[in-house]
Amino acid sequence: MHPAFSVIFLTTLIGAGQGLFLAMVTGQLYAIARFLPVQADRFYAVGSLVALILLLAGLASSFFHLGRPERAWRAAAKWRTSWLSREVIVLPIVMALVFAYGIAHWMAWTQPLFRVGESLQVDATLLLGLLGTLASFALFVCTAMIYAGVKFLQEWHTPLTVVNFTFLGAASGFMLAAAYSAYIGNPLVTFFGTWAVILTLVGLISRLAHLSRNAHLKHKSSVQTAIGVRHTAVVQKAQGATGGSFNTREFFHGRSESTAGTVRLVFLVLVFPVPILLIGAAYVTASPTLPILAFVAQYVGLMAERWSFFAEARHPQNLYYQSVA
Amino acid sequence: MTQLALVIDLNVCVGCHACVTSCKEWNTSGWAGPMVDQNPYDGSPTGTFFNRVQTFEVGVYPKTETVHFPKSCLHCEEPPCVPVCPTGASYKRPDNGVVLVDYDKCIGCKYCSWACPYGARELDEQQQVMKKCTLCIDRITDAKLSDRDRRPACVLACPTSARLFGDVHDPDSEVSIAIRERGGYQLMPEWGTKPANHYLPRRKTVMHIDQDELTRVDNPLRKEDLTTYTGEETLDDVAW
Ligand code: SF4
Ligand code: SF4
Repeated sequence: MHPAFSVIFLTTLIGAGQGLFLAMVTGQLYAIARFLPVQADRFYAVGSLVALILLLAGLASSFFHLGRPERAWRAAAKWRTSWLSREVIVLPIVMALVFAYGIAHWMAWTQPLFRVGESLQVDATLLLGLLGTLASFALFVCTAMIYAGVKFLQEWHTPLTVVNFTFLGAASGFMLAAAYSAYIGNPLVTFFGTWAVILTLVGLISRLAHLSRNAHLKHKSSVQTAIGVRHTAVVQKAQGATGGSFNTREFFHGRSESTAGTVRLVFLVLVFPVPILLIGAAYVTASPTLPILAFVAQYVGLMAERWSFFAEARHPQNLYYQSVA
Repeated sequence: MTQLALVIDLNVCVGCHACVTSCKEWNTSGWAGPMVDQNPYDGSPTGTFFNRVQTFEVGVYPKTETVHFPKSCLHCEEPPCVPVCPTGASYKRPDNGVVLVDYDKCIGCKYCSWACPYGARELDEQQQVMKKCTLCIDRITDAKLSDRDRRPACVLACPTSARLFGDVHDPDSEVSIAIRERGGYQLMPEWGTKPANHYLPRRKTVMHIDQDELTRVDNPLRKEDLTTYTGEETLDDVAW
């Protein structure tokens, strides 16, 4: 498949935004459970603002994928059958909840609304945080199912796609939370850094599982089933176009196999070992810049990861577009 | 229920592209148009087509065979391209089974093209909406046209009659009989898309001729022939 930059930015930016929001809520939950010192409301508010900016940037970049962006609102129509439609609905819900969560903290709406049991005081921020968490996970599922739901793209048609999108998005968000804490000199950097490393490691396991699954994939269609001729030697001589067509532009990555291999190597290095080592080094040296570097390296790596994700998918329609003559 | 479809006979298709040009001509100037080209007279011409004739070579030289293979939307009975469309622009007409795109609703997200294993959908570069074969919906539903003309442009144009058009749900239609009696098959049956369009396979016409059909071994005239031949024409050469 052709890796479109609009989609690469969309999926990586909203992944980091959702992850950062999840990190903020996790921080708050730990503080409620008294595992962590309570933070000023400002900390969560600014974190949510950054998450919101990432979500907005992702949304903006998604418009570049559309031929007719002015009609984008129509995409909410078929949520019963289309994962794309579901994503279009859930994304604004997540943005609204992230916004509300940030505002609730900013305005310090922390008077308890009701109590659960003896000690748990439930306030507006906690409610919005939990709703936002649910919506964020729903958004990970919707985004990933756009790809995992197309059975023709066998490389994508696996639950591993959903697992990867979720863990890699969450990892980059927690990495950003660590970078944010380091930048403002908040001691939570260790907490977020540790979670970022754990999520990155889980992401590594599932991405490697995905790669090895795809390396052994048997494609259902062949040129024989494509044209219905039973012979071992079938070669395409002409595809009905001289200068290519939509079919040759949309479904091929257009780079050499060695470039695709290099990109795969780049993401395997930048997404996993580099940020883990940088977080480890930051832990030892208490450096405020290394976590920021870790986030940037991982984000760049994730763009390469998404490129590679597209490039490795082989669409059955390509069987009809093997030669230009 | 009616399911209109094409049946394409690979045994007679000669790869002349008449269907391609007449499709483009009819549809670019009609309801589904324009079908825009880029660099039409330049080095790398490209553009939107609903129908393309591709060519495959089967076998290894010298035992090869050329297969010309016209390909357009197959109007699947279980069209995977329809449920994925977020806007509802892609739909299957309940009355005749034709799969269509509403150009006023399409946002050009290309998702439907990912969900078609046949590469039958093409995004128009100028209009930025998804386009595909409509089976000439504006012809075949036009009651003002005569029965002869109320057929897709490609079917009317094909000089070898390689393209049949009709209702594949009516067992007595020309297309159903052709599918049933001439080995009609569907493309990529492994995906369960149930294409309505079918293809008729190539067939070898073999005639068996015995030696005695070429030379008459029991020519009665030979018995009465008293000539002694010295190299000239014999009776066997001139009559048998
Ligand atoms: S051939 Fe492709 S575009 Fe046409 S109905 Fe089938 S899946 Fe949809
Ligand atoms: S490109 Fe148009 S027809 Fe295709 S899925 Fe998107 S909105 Fe629907």
